[in-house]
Amino acid sequence: MELLSGGDMLVRALQDEGVDLIFGYPGGSALHIYDAIFRQKSIKHVLVRHEQGATHAADGYARATGNTGVVLVTSGPGATNAITGIATAYMDSIPMVVISGQVPSEKIGEDAFQETDMVGCSRPIVKHSFLVKKAEDIPAVVKKAFYIAATGRPGPVVIDIPKDVTNPVDRYPYQYPEKLRMRSYTPAGKGHAGQIRKAVALLLSAKRPVIYAGGGVVQGDGSELLTELAQRLNFPVTNTLMGLGAYPGTDKRFLGMLGMHGTFEANTAMHHADVILAVGARFDDRVTNTPNKFCPGAKVIHIDVDPASISKTITADVPIVGTVQSVLGEMLEMLKSSKEMPDQSAIVDWWRQIDDWRERHGLYTAPRYRTDGDMIMPQEVISAVHQITGGDAFVTSDVGQHQMFAAQYYLFDKPRRWINSGGLGTMGFGLPAALGVKMAHPGSEVVCVTGEGSIQMCIQELSTATQYNLPVKILCLNNQALGMVKQWQEMQYEGRLSNSVYEESLPDFIALAEAYGHLGMKIEHRDELHGKLAEAFAIKDRTVFIDVYVDPTEHVYPMQVMPSGSMRDMWLSKTERT
Amino acid sequence: MRRIISVLMENEPGALSRVVGLFSQRGYNIESLTVAPTEDATLSRLTLTTVGDDHKIEQITKNLNKLIDVVKLVDLTEGSHIERELLLVKVRATGAQRDEVKRSVDIFRGQIVDVTSNMYTVQVSGTSEKLDAFLQALGEHTIMETVRSGVSGIARGEKVLSI
Repeated sequence: MELLSGGDMLVRALQDEGVDLIFGYPGGSALHIYDAIFRQKSIKHVLVRHEQGATHAADGYARATGNTGVVLVTSGPGATNAITGIATAYMDSIPMVVISGQVPSEKIGEDAFQETDMVGCSRPIVKHSFLVKKAEDIPAVVKKAFYIAATGRPGPVVIDIPKDVTNPVDRYPYQYPEKLRMRSYTPAGKGHAGQIRKAVALLLSAKRPVIYAGGGVVQGDGSELLTELAQRLNFPVTNTLMGLGAYPGTDKRFLGMLGMHGTFEANTAMHHADVILAVGARFDDRVTNTPNKFCPGAKVIHIDVDPASISKTITADVPIVGTVQSVLGEMLEMLKSSKEMPDQSAIVDWWRQIDDWRERHGLYTAPRYRTDGDMIMPQEVISAVHQITGGDAFVTSDVGQHQMFAAQYYLFDKPRRWINSGGLGTMGFGLPAALGVKMAHPGSEVVCVTGEGSIQMCIQELSTATQYNLPVKILCLNNQALGMVKQWQEMQYEGRLSNSVYEESLPDFIALAEAYGHLGMKIEHRDELHGKLAEAFAIKDRTVFIDVYVDPTEHVYPMQVMPSGSMRDMWLSKTERT
Repeated sequence: MRRIISVLMENEPGALSRVVGLFSQRGYNIESLTVAPTEDATLSRLTLTTVGDDHKIEQITKNLNKLIDVVKLVDLTEGSHIERELLLVKVRATGAQRDEVKRSVDIFRGQIVDVTSNMYTVQVSGTSEKLDAFLQALGEHTIMETVRSGVSGIARGEKVLSI
């Protein structure tokens, strides 16, 4: 058997796991590992400018491909800088393996230079973590880490490795385990057949059904089955923020997103539904609004791979634990073999009702924003980009108003195209995530929709884009304030804009982009919007920072009434309420 | 309602902190907690008592099961079970008090395990209620120090928690 040092073992194990890309940043405790990376060819390492960027880039890569993202950082500040990105991946169930260097074993606990208890710091935000005690354990730990990260409900796994464990002098026999069995970890597979039968019967009895699909459908590669099911039954579908693209956004059965900034038709249909089929969604508080007012007349079928997500906030009438693929597959089989269909006249009536809601206040039946004047409206920027990119770009976003406008107006037809921090709501996610996506899909259009607030939280990654020649588009909806904070302050704090404005301190983003070697473009007038955007998107070999000055007074609507509103209680504009 | 949850988990460093962390992270209560290796040295058995309605207990057991280190668990209070807690208490015992304390110890089937001219150290085991009752019987003014082990439990009959 081949003898390898701990550092070489780690790299070899990553190769054996099929890893070809790592995002990271070197430092003292990780130097043996970095040397092992230098001495091989098959794994590419991307040097970011801040460890948070590494985690978001790996996250973006994972979301866009379904593969596990890999991060390598050093101990202490390297590890703690990665925390926000790990938490982001944890909240959105993204498979990620984060390898952190640690101070040498004998120094652990002595407050050594750049020592931090990474296993402890990351404990509440990881699916699992390992502290490697000896080099011989590395292959098995790597195997377990990747298995845990990617199976069941995916999530981030931390491997913390003290420096002495990777030292180049001591060598050990290397063998990568072929099989893995963990007595304490058996991820859910197929759903309970009896429960699935009950669910199918309930679907067939539905008169006002809604399919509510979340990120689990995207992560679990269940989009095709979901689409087939919805189309077979002619049921309306709404997606969560995380689920956008799980069902084609331009299909007539798509009601738009639901929840806090969901469409009028999606939220109202949910409220009046008699049967809700929840797939890979977790009844997040940004979806349900007030739980005890949630969908009063609905029977709930809840499919999820994670039993702890079922009946957590909303009690499921028919809970089904299993992978989205296997459960939806079995449902379809049952429906096909029984040939039964729901009451067609009831479904037709239901669609008539939904179409009426769409006509009244829907986002896609008429512009629900100002269409006159010189001021560029953020919604029309997203629509224009949708048109220019043929609806087929990978769109990452940061957090705030721009995120909601992108979610509402870039109608995603495919899964894994919409990449945003839904659960944690991490500003600074968009740019590094876009770089990760671009690494995975170099030939595809990648757009980071951001704001002048969010982009400054990880702007240093513009330098990474330069080094690795990653031509992404950065679309900054510049409203010269922390727009979503300002919206809440205007709606709930009588307009007291506490620390949400910059007082003339914003940088010249064009000059900044150019300083990093990129192109910058400023768009200030409505009549130049389409032309300049087309010009920017025609550039394929450079990173382009498109700074669009949008109406700073615009709010995101609909917005559910909080606290204590039901799903259908919404502000539809600054003056209009349901 | 008070529940006794018994958990078999990998005897790995950090496993206990994951359980304890879960409780603080999700705002669940732990009233008592005991943990020790089992006859199989690769496994630890942890017993905790907590309070919550059915919904909360369901969430607790689901989230405990989600921890990678947790192999198996059972809510002992769902079936008939035996629970025991050990109490050691130092009691001031001088003059007439000495007989009085001795009588209480006998009634509760405890043992005096250490003696000086001024005090007894008493060991009592049983359910938590029994230990509470014993302490009450002693009366606050005679108690110098108490230590309790937390609850351990096991199901009655042939049902076992093992892998």
